[in-house]
Amino acid sequence: MKNDLDPMNAGEIPEEILRKWEAKGISRRDFIKFCTTMTATLALPLTFVPQVAAALEDKRLPVIWVEYQSCSGDSEAFLRANQPTAAEIILDIISLEYAEVIMAAAGHQAEKSKWVAMEKYKGQYLLIVEGAIPTGENGAYCTIGGESAVESAKKLIKNAAATITVGTCASFGGLPAAAPNPTTAVGVRDLVPGATIVNLPGCPVNADNLTATLVHFLTFGKLPAVDVLGRPKFAYGKRIHDNCERRAHFDAGQYAESFDDAGHRQGHCLYKLGCKGPEAFHNCPTIRYNEGLSWPVMAGHGCIGCASPGFWDTMSPFYRRLPQVPGFGVEATADKIGLGLVGATAAAFAVHGVASAFRKGDAMESDKVKKEE
Amino acid sequence: MLEIRYVWEIPVRVTHWINALAIVVLSITGLFIGFPYLIAGVDGGFVMGWIRFIHFVAAYVLTASMLARIYWMFAGNHHASWRAFLPWRTAEGRRNFIKMLRYYTFTGKQISYEVGHNPVAAVAYAGIFVLLIIQIVGGFALYAQYNPGGMMAASTAWILTLIDSQWLRLIHHAIMWLLAGFFINHVYSAALMDIKERNGTLSSIFSGYRYIEPKDL
Ligand code: HEM
Ligand code: HEM
Ligand code: SF4
Repeated sequence: MKNDLDPMNAGEIPEEILRKWEAKGISRRDFIKFCTTMTATLALPLTFVPQVAAALEDKRLPVIWVEYQSCSGDSEAFLRANQPTAAEIILDIISLEYAEVIMAAAGHQAEKSKWVAMEKYKGQYLLIVEGAIPTGENGAYCTIGGESAVESAKKLIKNAAATITVGTCASFGGLPAAAPNPTTAVGVRDLVPGATIVNLPGCPVNADNLTATLVHFLTFGKLPAVDVLGRPKFAYGKRIHDNCERRAHFDAGQYAESFDDAGHRQGHCLYKLGCKGPEAFHNCPTIRYNEGLSWPVMAGHGCIGCASPGFWDTMSPFYRRLPQVPGFGVEATADKIGLGLVGATAAAFAVHGVASAFRKGDAMESDKVKKEE
Repeated sequence: MLEIRYVWEIPVRVTHWINALAIVVLSITGLFIGFPYLIAGVDGGFVMGWIRFIHFVAAYVLTASMLARIYWMFAGNHHASWRAFLPWRTAEGRRNFIKMLRYYTFTGKQISYEVGHNPVAAVAYAGIFVLLIIQIVGGFALYAQYNPGGMMAASTAWILTLIDSQWLRLIHHAIMWLLAGFFINHVYSAALMDIKERNGTLSSIFSGYRYIEPKDL
C-alpha cells in the first residue's frame, strides 16, 4: 500500500493535472514550484501539495476588488511584483469581476459591472478591499459614482462569501487614520464588526500572502485561522525579530549606529536605528518581497511595523526605538526626562539633607540620650 | 523604659532585599536593553543575549518575591499587613500623615511616633508596589511576544488590546526611572529618619528590631 506520509511519494501531483497546466503554457516546473511555495507559505506539510494542486482547477471564483482611501500600492504589489507565472495561475483560477486598476471599463459602465457582479454572485464572491473607509461627514470624503464608500463597502461586504482586506489601511485604517485622522477613516473590521474578514495588513500587502490566502480558500473552502487582529496565523504568527537574519548580531550586541558606519556595512542589527522588528508580526524575513528578493531589514533599513494597527502613530519616530513622550519637545527622549528626574530628586534631597543636618530639637527620645565620655 | 520590638518578620526582610536586588539588576540590564552602550567587537559574543537572560531571570525572581510579599500582607503581623500601607483609612493615620509631611517640608518639628512605617513612607511603598505590579504584568506581556501562540501571550493579550506594545515599552522604561527616583528618596529618608528617630530604622530592615518607648505611643 502506498504510504501517504512517505516523503518520496508525498507531494506527488497527478500527471493529468500537470498536463492540463502545460497545455495552458505553464511548465511543470513552474506549476510544481507554485504549489509547493503556497503549501509552505501556508505552513502546511508537503503532503498537502496534491490537494492544493487539485484545488487550483479552474473554479472561476468570482472576486470583486474595490479601492477606497488607497494609493493602489496593494494592487501594484499583487499585479507587478509577483512572478509572472504565479499571477497567471491565480488570475486563471479566479474571475476578477471588478478591479479598478486593471479593468478596461470606466465611469458608469464600470460602476454597473460591479453591482451586476454583486447581484449575480451574491453570497459566493470574494471581496477584496484596499484602502481605508472615511466615516466623517456621513462618508462625504470618499464617494464613487455618487455613493459614499461607507454605503458601498457595507453592501459589498454583506453580500460577499468572505472579505479579504489588503494593506494596513483597509485592515486598520492605516495612513488615512493616522492622528489626527481628519476624515475619521476606519478599517473594514471597524466598519462592519462581525463580518467574515481576514486582514492582510502590510504596506503594501505581501502578494504571496494574498495568493496563499486565496489558495487556502480554494483548497479548504474557508479562510485561514486568524489571530486576535484577524490576521492569518500562517503569515502573522511570528515576530519579525525572532526570524530576522540580523538577529545573531542583536544577541551579540553588534549594532549599526548610523546608516553609513562600519557596523551597517557589516550587516549588524538595526535596533539602535529604530528597528521595530521586536514588536512587529509578519513573515517578511521568511518570504520577503518581490519574488523573495529582499525585505526592508535585508536592504539595510529598520522595520517600521507597517502591519500593526496604528503603526503610523505608535511606531514613529521610525528612527527611534521608543515613541515620543507626549507633552515634551521633539528632542526629549524617555531617558533624558528620566535622567532629569533622577538628577532633580538627588539635588532636592541633598539640599533637604543639609537643611535637616542643621535642624535642632526635632530628634526623638532626647531625654534618653547619654553622651559617652 | 525602651523596649526592643520585633517589627519586620523574616518574610518582610527577605522579600525587601530580594526586591531591592532584583530591581537594581533589572534596572541596569533594562537600561542596557533600551540603550545598548557596549558594542561587542568584530567577533561578537552574546552580550545582549546574556543581558536579556539576566533581565528575565531577575524578572522571575522579582515576581516570586512580590507574590510572597503579597501573601504575607494577609498572613503576617499588622505592620506587614496591606492595611499598614493605607494610613489614610483612619483619622489618626491621616493626622500622622500630615504631621510627617509637615516635618519633611520644614513646616513642623514633630515626628509622628510609629512602631511600623511612617505614614508618608507607607503611602510611597503602596505606590511602589503598584508600580512593580505594572512593571511585572507589562514586562510579561512584552516577553510573551516571542511566542504569540503560547499561554503567556494568551493570558497577557488583554493588555495589548488596551495599549499598544510600543506605549507599553515606553511605560516600562519610564517606570524604571520612577523607581530610580524612589531609590534615592528611600535611602535618603531611611538614613534621615534613622538619625532623627533614634529607633534603629536602618538596622531594622536587616534585623527586624526597633527601639520603642511605649509611653510615647
Ligand atoms: C530599589 C530598592 C528598594 C525598594 C524597592 C525598597 C522598598 C521598600 C519597601 C516596600 C519597604 C517597606 C517594607 C515592607 O513592608 O515590605 C521598605 C522598607 C525599608 N527599606 Fe527599602 N527598598 C529598597 C532599597 C533599600 C535600601 C538600599 C535600603 C537601605 C539603605 C533600604 C532600607 C529600608 C528600611 C530601613 C526600611 C524600613 C523603613 C520603614 O518602613 O520604616 N531599602 N523598603
Ligand atoms: C523593576 C522592574 C523592572 C525594570 C526596572 C525593568 C526595566 C526595563 C527596561 C528599562 C527595559 C528597556 C525598555 C526599552 O527601552 O525598550 C526593559 C525591557 C524589558 N523588560 Fe523589564 N524591567 C523590569 C521588570 C521586568 C519584568 C518583571 C519583566 C517580565 C518578564 C520584564 C520584561 C522585559 C522585557 C520582555 C523587555 C524587552 C526586552 C527586549 O526587547 O528584548 N521586565 N526592562
Ligand atoms: S534588525 Fe530589527 S528585527 Fe532584525 S534583529 Fe535587529 S532589531 Fe530585530
